Parts: sequence; C-alpha cells; structure tokens
Amino acid sequence: MKLDPEARYAKTHEWARWDGEEIVCGISDHAQESLSDIVYVELPEVGDTFAKGDAFGVVESVKAASDLYVPMGGEIIAINEDLEDTPELVNQDPYDEGWMIRLAPSDPVGFDDLMDADDYEAFVAEEEG
Amino acid sequence: MPYISHSNKDRDAMLAAIGVRSIRDLFKDVPAYARFPELALPFALSEMEARWELQALAGADFTAADFACFLGAGAYHHFVPAVVDAVISRGEFYTAYTPYQPEISQGTLQAIFEYQSMICALTGMEVSNASHYDGATATAEAVITAVNVHRLKRRKIVISPWVHPEYRAVVRTYTQGMGLTIVENGGSQNNNGLTDLLDDGTACVIVQYPDFLGRFEDLGVLAEAVHAVRALLIVVANPIALGLLKPPGEFGADIVVGEGQGMGAGLNFGGPYLGFFATRKKYVRKMAGRVVGQTVDTEGNRGFVLTLSTREQHIRRERATSNICTNQGLVALAAAVYMVALGKTGLRRVAELNYHKAHYAQRRIAGIDGYSALDDKPFFNEFVVRCPQPVKEINDYLLDEWGIIGGYDLGRDYPHLKDHMLVCVTEMNPREDIDTLVEALGEMNNETMSNEQ
Repeated sequence: MKLDPEARYAKTHEWARWDGEEIVCGISDHAQESLSDIVYVELPEVGDTFAKGDAFGVVESVKAASDLYVPMGGEIIAINEDLEDTPELVNQDPYDEGWMIRLAPSDPVGFDDLMDADDYEAFVAEEEG
Repeated sequence: MPYISHSNKDRDAMLAAIGVRSIRDLFKDVPAYARFPELALPFALSEMEARWELQALAGADFTAADFACFLGAGAYHHFVPAVVDAVISRGEFYTAYTPYQPEISQGTLQAIFEYQSMICALTGMEVSNASHYDGATATAEAVITAVNVHRLKRRKIVISPWVHPEYRAVVRTYTQGMGLTIVENGGSQNNNGLTDLLDDGTACVIVQYPDFLGRFEDLGVLAEAVHAVRALLIVVANPIALGLLKPPGEFGADIVVGEGQGMGAGLNFGGPYLGFFATRKKYVRKMAGRVVGQTVDTEGNRGFVLTLSTREQHIRRERATSNICTNQGLVALAAAVYMVALGKTGLRRVAELNYHKAHYAQRRIAGIDGYSALDDKPFFNEFVVRCPQPVKEINDYLLDEWGIIGGYDLGRDYPHLKDHMLVCVTEMNPREDIDTLVEALGEMNNETMSNEQ
C-alpha cells in the first residue's frame, strides 16, 4: 500500500494535502486498489461548497460506484479535468496525477484532525481485520 | 429447462426430508379460520367449456380490425407485418424472463442493441436505452434525467399544453415529492410561445412533435432559446412521423422520447406499449433504464452485454436517477423487427401514406357543411375539425349507423376546443373508408336538419 507522507487521510479513504493556501484531495492507493479499474469519476463544479464529510462526487469502477467525501470543508477551486477522459489516472497515480479536487478550506485547522500516514496505515490494517 | 410436475412420490420424499407429515401441516401458522376458507367459486370448466365462455366474452367486443378507425390521440392503428409475429413468437424470445445473462442470451442482447441503434438513427441522437414501459413514462424519466443533469439545482420545468394530456399527468405523478414547479403555457398556440417562460431556473422544456393536435413546426428557434438558458430540450416524437420529418437530434433536441407502439405492436387495448428514450452521449450516466453495449470476449469475438449498470438502483440506490429496473423486451423486439423489415425507405413510404391520406381526408371533411379546419399549420396524420354537432353524438352515430370509429373529442381536455374532433388517418384507412366517413358525416347533417324541421 503506497502512502503519501505529506498527506493526511480520512476514514473514508480520501487524502488531503496542502499546496500553498489550497488543499488538494484524492483517494488513497488502498482505495483505488479495492475499487479495481476505475471507469468514471463524477466531480463537482468549481464554486460548489461543501462541509467536512459531505459527498462531493462519485467514483465508478467496473465493480462498484462509491461516493467521495471531502476530508475538509471548503469551496472548490479546481477539478482535475483530465479524469474525464482518463479516469485510470486514479489507479495509476492516486496521489499525484490522479488528484481530484482543489479547495479553499473553510477551517484549515481541520487538517490536523485527519490521520497521518502511519495512523492511516494502521487504520487500514485494522479494517481489513 | 423442461417443466415436469411433481408426482406423489416426489411430494412424499420432500415432506419426509423436512420432517412434515402432510402439506396441510405447512400452513399451521395461519389462523384456523383463515386457513382453508370457503370460496364461492363455480365448478371448474373443461378446456372446451372455458373456451366457449371466453369466446362469448371476446365476441362482445369489436376491434380496429372490424371497423374503420379514425381514432388516434396517442395510440395508433398501424400495419403489423407478419414477420414481426413470426420472430417474437419464437419460444426463446416469447417465454424468456429478463434474459440478460450474456452467456446464454446473445440473441436477445444483440436484438436490443440493434433496436437501440435504430432508435438513434431514427431520432438523430447518440445513445438509446433498452426501452421503458410506454411514451408517457419515458417522458417522465426524461424530465427526471434533465433535473439530475442540473444536479437538482434547477426545479422548474416547462411543458407545452400540446403534449399529450395523459403524458403531462404522468409527469406530474412521477415527479411528486421532487419539489418541481411544472409550468404549462396555457395560452399560446405554438411552441415558440414557450420561450417567454424560460429562465435560468429552468431544467428542461418538453414539446411534442407532431403535437397532440397533429401539427408540427420548426423547433430550431425554440431549441436555441432553451440552450441559451442552458436548459434541456425534450422532444416527445411520433416514430412513424420520423419517417418523413426532420429528426429531433438535427434541430437540437437533448432527449427524444415517445411511444413506439406504432412500430409493430398494434393497439392491444392500451398495452403493452413501448417507451423509447434517446439522448446525447454526455447525458448517458443520468439516463435511466437498461443499456446493451457491444464488447469483445476473452477470445476477441464480438459479444453483447448489459452495460453501465452503475447508473441503476441495485448498485447505488441513493444516487440512481430512477427506480425503473426493467424494459419492454418483447415489444422492443417487435419494433426492431418492424424497423428492419421496413427499412428507411419503407418507413418513409408508410409516413407518406399517412400524410397524404390525412390531407385528403382533411380537405374533404372541411368541405362538409358545418365542418371547418382548426388552422392552417402543417400536420402529419392527425388534424382538428370544428364540428356542427357535439363530438360524442357524431361518434355514437358513426359507430351505430355506419360501423366507423370516429376521432377524439378534444373538449375532454381543452375546454376551448369543445365540439372539436381530432381525426387520425393512417395507412390502414383505404380511400373508400375516408369517402365513406365523409358520406356518413354528410348524412348526419341531413338527418339532424330534417330532425330539426
């Protein structure tokens, strides 16, 4: 399971990472592996606002469709348009090219409430049982 | 799988396996008074007697095959070529229930794929689903799709009053609880009057083509106005008319729906009918219903499967745009056979026959004393005439005295069209039928006048 040491993780397997004043989000390597081949990512529109934990989109794979939840509340500044034609980027490079949204966080301190890479790794191990 | 009924030996073995003495014991949990109630049923009939009884019942009805039919208004008497029944009555098609496992249903899946492809060609759209129950529910699903395309942020829908009254009612029924505002433009006679109602809260506009009164017009201007506010244009189309008229996809429709009954299904006392639904590729994930796709198997051979299942409620219930989980497989197959049997040229010929016969009829009827055409808009195979007597009286007279099924009484749905009849003429009305209708209407005038003297 690959991890991004700079990112923090939500229990719903999304990651968040600072880039300047903005937060970049996507789904973890563990998530993309569980989903298997991703065929479609439904993203919100720029300007949409979400509270922490709200569903901001949907990721569809050959075997399932799952809601995506914002790890931190805020306003959508940008979405990864490449995912429209090449959703498989999420499988190939979940922490970099497979990024999904950038947002202006409403509560920057919330970042610290998320799990860091080690905590997330332990969390996943426990979830697997 | 063969059907072989159980023998007493089978039953005894099963009862022994579960440790029950008799079948009656299985109903122990049902309260005694309800367990085996007395039913006031007559004795069982033999097959022969049952057939006599049913034939007597059926004999009390007549059908469009018995009398000349000039009634349309959403259900049309069109010719069903023999090849349609020959194909759909095959046991593999006729008796199979939702046969969509690709391993054993390639024939069915391919037929539906071809149906979808032909619907796209007919309507000028990019993708079609495997069908809905009927034109009315397909229209309702189109509205729900449009509202979902706008992510539920736009709640106003504009629907022309010249969309079939029952379709408008079904749209209202289906969208209950969705918080939609449904605006029907009461006053305007033509579709372009709808543009006044558009704003950026509008999710979609629904028009019928040809409309309920049989008229058609260029919808390009309306399409532009609808797109200018980023709403969707939904066109309810008559598939037979599309053999002659410009396909809605070419003038900017975003979703095309309609009733496919005219293509191989017959009148059937109201059903089963066939709702077709076609749209642009970009809306495919908001489209309800089954979709058959073409793919390759592990050996590289072409095959067909149900696809895009993640739109449906068994994979992600809260996010599905509909709860419909079926299609009209057999009726869609009939329509596919019809379209293939006629082809582009054949369908055009059918449309032309409808058009020319209807125009002949309109000319002749409008020439009868007391009858006049509603307006001079172009029409396909239905037209409106103002009548000198109430429509119900005319229809009773036509049926009782002449064995003719008259047209639709528009006063039922449009108060300002009291005493107006919607007359439908199809390829199933030979010229003699039309001439007889004209004669009959003239005779009624004579009788009415002599009654008044």
